[in-house]
Amino acid sequence: MSRNGNILSVKDLRTYFETEDGTVKAVDGITFDLERGETLGIVGESGSGKSVTNLSIIRLIPEPPGKIVSGEILFDGEDIRSIPIEDLRRIRGKRIAMIFQDPMTSLNPFMRISKQLMEITELHLGYTKEQAYEHAIKMLDIVGIPDARSRVDSYPHEFSGGMRQRVMIAMALSCEPELLIADEPTTALDVTIQAQILELIKKLKQETGTSVILITHDLGVVAGMTDRIIVMYAGKIFEQARTRELFSAPGNPYTKGLLRSVPDPTSEQGALYQIPGLPPDVAHLPPGCPFSPRCERAEEICRQEFPPFVQINAEHHSLCHFAEEVYAKSLAEREARERQKLTIQQ
Amino acid sequence: MSQEPTTIQHSQGMPPPIERGKGSELLAIRDLKVHFDLGGGGLLDKLISGNSVRRVVKAVDGVTIDIYPGETLGLVGESGCGKSTLGRAVLRLTEPTGGQVLFRGEDLANLSQKEMREHRKHLQMIFQDPYASLNPRMTVGQIIGEPVETFGIAAGRERDRRVQELMETVGLNKRFIKRYPHEFSGGQRQRIGIARALAVNPDFIVADEPISALDVSIQAQIMNLMEKLQRENNLTYLFISHDLRAIRHVSDRVAVMYLGKLVEVADAKVIYDEPLMPYTKALISAVPVPDPEIEATRQRIVLEGDVPSPINPPQGCRFHTRCPYAIQACKEVVPPLAEIKPNHFAACIRISPEQPDIDEVAPGDAPGLRDAQRVIAT
Repeated sequence: MSRNGNILSVKDLRTYFETEDGTVKAVDGITFDLERGETLGIVGESGSGKSVTNLSIIRLIPEPPGKIVSGEILFDGEDIRSIPIEDLRRIRGKRIAMIFQDPMTSLNPFMRISKQLMEITELHLGYTKEQAYEHAIKMLDIVGIPDARSRVDSYPHEFSGGMRQRVMIAMALSCEPELLIADEPTTALDVTIQAQILELIKKLKQETGTSVILITHDLGVVAGMTDRIIVMYAGKIFEQARTRELFSAPGNPYTKGLLRSVPDPTSEQGALYQIPGLPPDVAHLPPGCPFSPRCERAEEICRQEFPPFVQINAEHHSLCHFAEEVYAKSLAEREARERQKLTIQQ
Repeated sequence: MSQEPTTIQHSQGMPPPIERGKGSELLAIRDLKVHFDLGGGGLLDKLISGNSVRRVVKAVDGVTIDIYPGETLGLVGESGCGKSTLGRAVLRLTEPTGGQVLFRGEDLANLSQKEMREHRKHLQMIFQDPYASLNPRMTVGQIIGEPVETFGIAAGRERDRRVQELMETVGLNKRFIKRYPHEFSGGQRQRIGIARALAVNPDFIVADEPISALDVSIQAQIMNLMEKLQRENNLTYLFISHDLRAIRHVSDRVAVMYLGKLVEVADAKVIYDEPLMPYTKALISAVPVPDPEIEATRQRIVLEGDVPSPINPPQGCRFHTRCPYAIQACKEVVPPLAEIKPNHFAACIRISPEQPDIDEVAPGDAPGLRDAQRVIAT
């Protein structure tokens, strides 16, 4: 694999769960690439399949009831699905690292922070105890824990939520992973702490060149952090584009609705746009487009036929019967906005 | 005991700091305090740990503010700042340990439990967790119907009619009247909670993080519903949230809380566009904006460290431990919530009506301190 190629390449991934309610197609045929050094945002509401995608990539799907039924997950050219579990353990935590939402449940409450950090480098890098201990202190220092040397032997409960998330990041970055998957890394945190953590991930990314997948429901977070975005709904990729393009000219009615339903603190607005209805019940999806019951553009065809994944331009795809039309409208709206801005300036 | 710092606070009898001069407030909160005594500080503690300070959580520590009919007052702050406790104390779901809550001039804190129950008809609450705040063994009809009956508004068939009407008002299909809470999604459950609050025709509703547990697309639905109900029923809201974007959207005025105290109060637009107090500045700059163009050029004020523990919080200005503008005096003086600009209040001794912009104030100067001292002197 070339240095500048894709670190990750997911092809037609399907992860299903067997439940009493029938088969839940949590992730149903998604395909995407992640370039080296790139930050990819995966956005979606609950039940969209964003977290299952993440767990599938590192094969942490509880089986049963879950199962990756098909697809290819190429990490640096190697298919994660066919790697023996022993070899996979050497990749997890070393070359692919994860940060989860809840830092309290992801740390062992009975183990000192030092021990938890040392385990990783002892296991993956063959460090001696002394080396690992020094490295643990260095990592805590890097993630901004003040007075790291005297706090390294603390237990998790002695740290605040923000500090625990820093410890998680320190653990994740201990072996300088090539891929960092952050699943809602700031959702449990206060906004000033969220700002600290996001700045930290940005800074560390610049220094190490790690590729990042950032999974979140918060459009504000992905706006400032990512190069490209995937929008998921009901286990499918609904839209995929460069971040700026996605925000300024969405080509899918769901993305458009989602963007309009977030209050923008920088502008005055009247009633907030609301997407009608409820997020889908993935066990009982309607025929046709899963978003059609809530979509304002939906027509008869949407309720009957599954929509095509339309390529709008080189890097922009949308799952919609009317992708081109929605995109054209977004472009027109963007132009109107820009004209308005110009006239205000003049 | 440690030395109490110089405290400049509005004693009772003085005009409250936040008033629009109309005298028409629906609810007046005066120097409200909720302290939780954790004990400690006894002889035994002193012998064992050498610590002789009594541990007190000052969750709400002297909050004074008016709420006007028909407005939405947004209360924003980070976890542990006391915003939920304040909301609960206003309705006496948590007993205040000091101060007053005047509802139409009557002090709720002095009412007996029985009299208070009568007042609950006017004062209702919407809770954060639509899962924990509904009785799983009651049907929707029973949940919404209970207050209708308890307060003698309607009974029997008339009650059922009222319940159906309420369900329609909040956008629930009235066919679901016999269903149980677990059969509904989070957003629908929040609608049930709203219908229950509306059942008694209240004037004032405390909404404690009503949208935090919901999906983005559902948050917009609930915010719009609450705004619609407000217009139709002339409701007054105290809207508590940590979500600054939601607060900005729904509120007329916003109060920012930090470790038990209000630190800034102003109109929603003003507080976002021209925050005065350093904490508010940092808080607002930390909110991610859903616009990559803005995010790319934005200067963020990243605060150091975490919110200190509310157990024996920092002396002086409680924000001084994290404040990039803090000077020695900030560690000693509790800043009063002062009117820096018309209808714009901030608690910071480093600014004053003459010098409202903290970035323009000379290093080490504390113009607000001089004003505060003048107040004391007179």
